[in-house]
This record gives sequence, C-alpha cells and structure tokens, in this order.
Amino acid sequence: MLPKKQSRKPKKKKRNREITQVTVSFVALFLAMMGYFTVYAMTHEEELMNNNYNTRQQLLSARNVRGTIYAAGGEALAETREEADGTETRVYPYDNLFSHAVGYADKGKSGLEAQANYYLIQSSIPTLNKIRGGNSGDKNPGDDVYTTLDVEIQEAAERALGVYHGAIIALDPRTGEILAMVSKPDFDPNRIAAEWEDILADEENGTLLNRTTQGLYPPGSTFKIVTALEYIRENPGTYADYRYTCGGSIKEGDDVINCYHGSKHGQVSLQTSFAKSCNTSFANMGMGFDRMKFADTLDSLLFNQELPLSCVYNRSKLEIQENDSNGEMMQNAIGQGRTQITPIHLAMITASVANGGILMKPYMIRRVESADGTVVREFSPETYGELMTAQEADILAEYMKAVVESGTGTKLSGLPYTAAGKTGSAEFNTQKGESHAWFTGFAPAEDPQIVVTVIIEGAGSGGDYAVPMARRVFDACLKEAE
Amino acid sequence: MAGYITEFSKYFIALFASFYTYECFAVFRYETERERSGIYIRQYVFMFLVHLSCFLPIYIKTGKLEYIFFFIFQQIALYTTTVLYHLIYPQANRLIINNMCFLTGIGFLILTRLAYKRAVRQFVIAVCSFVIAFLIPMLITRVRKWRDLTWIYGAVGILSLGGVLIMGAVTHGAKLSFTVLGLSFQPSEFVKIVFVCMLAAILCRPVTLWSLTISAAAAGVHVVILALSRDLGSALIYFVAYVVMVYVATGKKRYLLAGLLGGGGAAYLSYRIFSHVQVRVQAWLDPWSVIDKEGYQITQSLFAIGSGGLFGLGLCQGSPGSIPFVTTDFIFSAIAEELGILFSLCLILIYISCFVMIMQIAMSMRDEFYRLTAVGLGITYIFQIFLTIGGGIKFIPLTGVTLPFISYGGSSVLSTIVMFAVLQGIYLTGGRHHAAKKAVAKTEKKEKKS
Repeated sequence: MLPKKQSRKPKKKKRNREITQVTVSFVALFLAMMGYFTVYAMTHEEELMNNNYNTRQQLLSARNVRGTIYAAGGEALAETREEADGTETRVYPYDNLFSHAVGYADKGKSGLEAQANYYLIQSSIPTLNKIRGGNSGDKNPGDDVYTTLDVEIQEAAERALGVYHGAIIALDPRTGEILAMVSKPDFDPNRIAAEWEDILADEENGTLLNRTTQGLYPPGSTFKIVTALEYIRENPGTYADYRYTCGGSIKEGDDVINCYHGSKHGQVSLQTSFAKSCNTSFANMGMGFDRMKFADTLDSLLFNQELPLSCVYNRSKLEIQENDSNGEMMQNAIGQGRTQITPIHLAMITASVANGGILMKPYMIRRVESADGTVVREFSPETYGELMTAQEADILAEYMKAVVESGTGTKLSGLPYTAAGKTGSAEFNTQKGESHAWFTGFAPAEDPQIVVTVIIEGAGSGGDYAVPMARRVFDACLKEAE
Repeated sequence: MAGYITEFSKYFIALFASFYTYECFAVFRYETERERSGIYIRQYVFMFLVHLSCFLPIYIKTGKLEYIFFFIFQQIALYTTTVLYHLIYPQANRLIINNMCFLTGIGFLILTRLAYKRAVRQFVIAVCSFVIAFLIPMLITRVRKWRDLTWIYGAVGILSLGGVLIMGAVTHGAKLSFTVLGLSFQPSEFVKIVFVCMLAAILCRPVTLWSLTISAAAAGVHVVILALSRDLGSALIYFVAYVVMVYVATGKKRYLLAGLLGGGGAAYLSYRIFSHVQVRVQAWLDPWSVIDKEGYQITQSLFAIGSGGLFGLGLCQGSPGSIPFVTTDFIFSAIAEELGILFSLCLILIYISCFVMIMQIAMSMRDEFYRLTAVGLGITYIFQIFLTIGGGIKFIPLTGVTLPFISYGGSSVLSTIVMFAVLQGIYLTGGRHHAAKKAVAKTEKKEKKS
C-alpha cells in the first residue's frame, strides 16, 4: 500500500500543473491590467478633463465659479463676476492687452483659459466648506491661477508693437518664466461673443492666431545664430581664423545671394560676418557644411520637433537632406528658403544662449491656489536640457554683443545696460522686396535677465524697426528691476 | 446631514470594500470551509455596509420612497440566498456564493443610479436566477449522465448560435438575441456553458488524435458562427476556453502554442478582411484622432475613468450618462468614475478571488469531466472580465461584452449565476465524494474496533 500512495501523490501534483500555470498567467495578466488602469487614471486626469469632448467640464462649471487668473504682480487678468440673480460674466480688466496670452472662455477656450481650465473649474476649498455651501445652494469658488505674466512688460511690448501685425515674446532665460506675450492683431475677450462672427469672417488677419507660438515665419538673418553654431561645431579649433572677402554677392550655379541693401562688407571674420549680418559670408559657410551634421545641429535645437510647451504651438521646420544642393544650403544658411520658425522657438534658442546653453522650459502658470489661499499646485522652473555647450553659448553671446556694439543692432547701444542680440530682415516676397523685421536678444549681456524676441510683419529691416521695440521691452523690465 | 453623507460615503465604500476584499483572500489560508466560517460571517457584515453606503447617497439624491423598499428587497434577496444556500448545501463553497451576492448587489445599486427601471428588471431576473441556482447542484450531484451528452451539447450550441446568425442575416444587422414571449435571450451567453460541457465530455476520455480533431471541428464551428454574427467578444472567449481546455486535458505545450499561433493568425486574417475589426483596432490605437466617430465610445469611457481619482466623485456626482452603453459594456467606467480607483481595484480583486477559487475547485476534482468543466467555466468567466474591463480602459481593443453580475442584461446575469451554480454542483460532487470516503473510513475503523 505505502509505495503506491507515494507514487500517486506526485502524479496528482503533476496532473494539475497546467491548471496552476493557467491560473498564474491569468492572475499576472490581471495584475498588469490593474497597474495600467491605476497609472492611466492617476496620470491623465488633467489631460482628459481639458478635452472639449468631455462633458464633465460643464458639470464642474455648474458646481464651481470659474477661478481668477492673476498676473505676477497680483493684478486680475480674468475674473468671473456674479450678479445677484446668479448670472455670471467673465471679465477681462485689461481688455485687448492679454487677448492671446490669457485668451477667452466663451465660444471655446484659448490661451491660459484653455491651458489652466482644469484648475479654474475645480474647487479645492475644504470639503466641509463645500458641504456648507452646497446646503445653502451656493456655488463653490474655483481655484485661482497665478501666472508669470508681468503687466508692465506686457504693456511696454503691446505699445511698442502698436498698429503693426506681429508678435513680441519676453521670457526669463534663468527660469523659463514667460513675462510677456503679445500678438497682433488682437481682440477684446470681453466682447468675444458679440464679435465672434466678424472675427471668423475675417480670414485675412488671422486675429485668433497667437503669432508668438503658432505663427511660422522665415527666420531671415536671426537664423545666423544657428549657422554660426554649426560653423563652430564643424571647425572647433579654427573658427576664429575664418576669413572671407565679401563683394556684396555670391553666386553658385543659378543661385545668387546678395548682402542686404547691396552693402559690401570687405574682409570679414566669423564675428564680423555675424555682427554685420553678411549674407554672402554665411552663404559661403553654408555651402561647405556637412549636411548630416547640420541636420543634427537642427535636431539639437528642436527644429521639426515637439517643443517643451504646454500651450498650442506649431513646430518649426527645416529638413536637411543629404543631397541638398549648394544653392539650397546658401538659402538655408541665411534663414531663407524653406526655413520656418515660431517666435517662441527663436526666443527659446536665444534663452539657451543667454543661459549658458541650458534651456529652461517656458511656462506661464506659476501656482494654483484655492479660494481660501491654500496652494494646490506649484510649478517650479524646470530644466529641459542642454541645447549647446556652455562654451558654444559663450561664443554666440559674445557675437550677439558685437551686433549691438558695432553691427546691425547699434540702436541698443549706449544704454545703462548692455544688450546682445541678432537682427533679421526676412524676405517673404522677393518680387516686391518686402520683409519681416526680426530681433531676438537678451539683456543685461553680463547677467541675462530677460530674452525678447520681436517680429513685425512686413515692416522692413530688423535693425531699424524691431530693435527699438525690443529696447522698450528691455527698458520696462530692467527699469523695474532697479 | 445629507451633504455630509453624500460627500463622505465614498470613503466608507472604499474602506468596507477593501475589508471585504481582504477577507476574500484570507479564505485561502485555510483548507476547510469550517475553518473559514468566521471569515464568511465578517464578509456578510462588510457586504451590507458597502451596499448601505452605496445606497444612502443615491437615496439622498432622488429622495423617493420606492428606492428604500427596493433596497430592502435587494438585501432580503441577497441574504436569503447566502443563508439558504448554506442551509441546503452545507458543503457548498461560501466564498463563491458571497462574492456572487456582493457583486450582484453592486450591480443593482449601480443600475439604480444609472437607470432605475433597468435595475428593477435586473432584480427580477436575478431573483429568478437564484431560484434556478438552488436546483442546479442537486441535478448535477444526482444525475450521473452529464458526461455522455456530448452530441446534445454540440447540437444545442450550434443550432442556437446558428439560428441567431440566420435571423441576423434576415434582419441585416448584428443581431445577437432571440425574442421569445417579450423576453430577449442572447444565446451566446448560455451556449458558453453548454460549449464547455461539450468539450469536457470529449476531452475527459483518453485523448486521441481523433477526439482532438472532433473537438477542434466542433469548437471551430462555434467560433466561426460567432465571428460571422460579429460577436467578436464571445468568439474570443470560446476560443480561449477551447485552447486552455485542450492544454489542461493533454498537458502538451505544443497544443497551447499551436492554438495561440492559430488564434493569432485568425485574428490577423479577420483584421485584414473585416472592416469592422479594423475600425476597432484603429479606435484602440488612437481613439483621439477619430473621437467623433469610432473613437467616441472609448474616449467617453476614458473621460469617466480619468475623472474619479482614488475615491471617485461619489455616487450621483459624476456624469457616466455620457458614455454610450454605460449599463452594459462600459459599466466598469461608471464605477471607476463615481466610486474611484480603489473600489474598482477591489472589485477586480474580488473577481480574481472567485477565479482562483474556481481553479482550486478544478484542481481538487478527481473526475476528469468535472475537472475540465470547472477549468473551462473558470476561463470563460475570467476572460470575459478581462475583455470588458481591458476594453473599457483601452488596455486592449473593445469587444463589447458584459461585466459578469454587474452589467445590465438578463441573459448575462442568468448565465453567470447558472455558471456559478454549476461550479457549486461540481464542487459538491467532490465534497460528497470526500464525505462518503470519510464515512467509509469511519465504518472501517468501527469494524476494526469491533
């Protein structure tokens, strides 16, 4: 009897081995599913709530009064006022001033109203207060959003741009805080509902387009920051010895590149080419570039890629192929041809030059507070990464200083602070010779606190038009700092 | 007061549900039902507390007296079932009964919140199902011929599934149900059980190439009919049950591998051939790009899941009504929204504990027919849960099957309760066997003594 019993037991165990395997596999599958479920539900809350197809937004709006959006100095930029009869109006005390930065919350949502919607419609006051409010039939106060926007700098930028179409963006290169964001033409968010049809009918102006983040423009000579960086990367030991004699134009096959307004710069180094914005010299550099290395540099500067931004934006474009002709490379080198960039992207590249090569993620929401003053969320400056080495950034910063001291940006010299930057006049209509005026730069050069990028559509030369506007923004910021 | 209950009930629900869930797994520390009885008593208490804390906020929101009576009837029905089952079948597995009642009760409450009339219908059908469930174990333990009905199982399955397919073809739609006397039946729900019995009857005898071929042909016909009826979820469930049962019956990895490869090939082929399959895969990969059309259901489901947080918005505080088919295919999303992530995880764990218990029952069976039937039923049960929850949270593509015990649907509730009753019956055959053996041993001892 005994041996038989022993032999039976292991046999029975073996018999059920498959069932054990199947059971364990299914339990493992379920554990994986539970993990996925938990992580998905915990991490996508904000994104899902902000989707326009999510009707829960209306549910929260019915329960909570939309919170207030504040500027850095505590000024209300958008607030909801309740009448005695319960009707609510969203009020924008600065009218047109923040139309694109703050946006609107009627007829859909844009700007911060869209980006911070999740916080504005939530109410994080203590549960007991909510119950008390709920018992008396009152709505709960929504959470307030404190931004990095500075009213004075925004006003300076808005006045500087005046009647022109274009965009000005200002940010702090040390933190990534966006200080000002102006795009024109603009609108009055207080009257968005009334003017909605007219704005939509007017296809020509693109009033609702936030040009700072969505406007794609040829970068023109501001792109020479990128070209110069590529030249330094390809000739690390010898770039300082670069010499070229500018005769006012350069020809390669059928392609001719001229210097702006027919100027002849004579013999130039890399620094003087940059300061004087010598097209022919840069076209000359461009022809010699290793196409693939150039493509790598563009990658490292986030061309054709997602930008670390949480607002709506367009990607900058410049694809380099291995077999791109010399003619195409000449155009690329001076920021004409296929190249397209958004003002905020140019500001980000400039900010990394100003910040020793490190790009800080640009952001506008600094803090979310409940109505009783408890901090619900706080956003601290975040490093995106190194776009260029500290050494490369120093060289470019030096060149950008030279632009102001002795080049195309002299309208910024002789001020209480030293500025650095690069001008651009981007041709968009070769027949008529019309061009967008660009400037991107930072100040003070020795300890950068602000980056300003300006584009004025169809104005002409960057040095003449964009530089004085940037100066007014620098003034507003640095005067404030003193 | 009302405000406090509405706001805080969700924390109590999560708390009591986690106690209940803990007890579901504490059961496995003990070998016999006698040792486990303390656990089952505690489960009664937590079950009631969970149900009560779900009911209160719903009542406060609606304020209708009939809701109170409905709740009382529910509790009477559930507790009568657990207590009576235990009295009639003292050897029955009480974890399975308790979980069945816990989950059915949650179903009643969620449906009360979503669609009161449907909840009442569900209640009536569930009560009838419980009555039937009392009879089934008796039939299984007394009648010994179940293993010999192979051809009858096959004929019933193929005829009823085929009938639906033909009717569906006549009405030009994906029709999955018969309507008899104003009641609509979805045969694929019931045929599941018959299908498993058929396979078990074929495979419980020494497996030969011939019997394998027969089983493959029979299973293939079922699966193809379901696929042609566009009931992809059921087709998948049947298929997986078949593959697992063959593997358990033969113990040969190559059959498992062949089955999985064959299934993968068939899935790929149907993806290439049928546009409705492509649409579902597309809606799974990137629902956001087709949010207006094919991706609408799943994105609405994801909105619900994302809005609850750990404890949920509270019953009647969310808007699960925006999800299409919320009472059937997407009921888990409604639960996640209003009762939160913690409760949802508890729910999944309760389902898993049932599954583990079923598989343990299967392992304890000496009789190959019962062993295979228990495995097959366990797999159809757990795989269906995987399809519905996984589909609703975008873990896998949507197939549109119901969540056992909770989703609205007479066929679904009746078939799952019957399935559990069958498992109970199988468990009792083992129990009887065991008891009989003990009795024999006792008399032997006595004889020896004398």
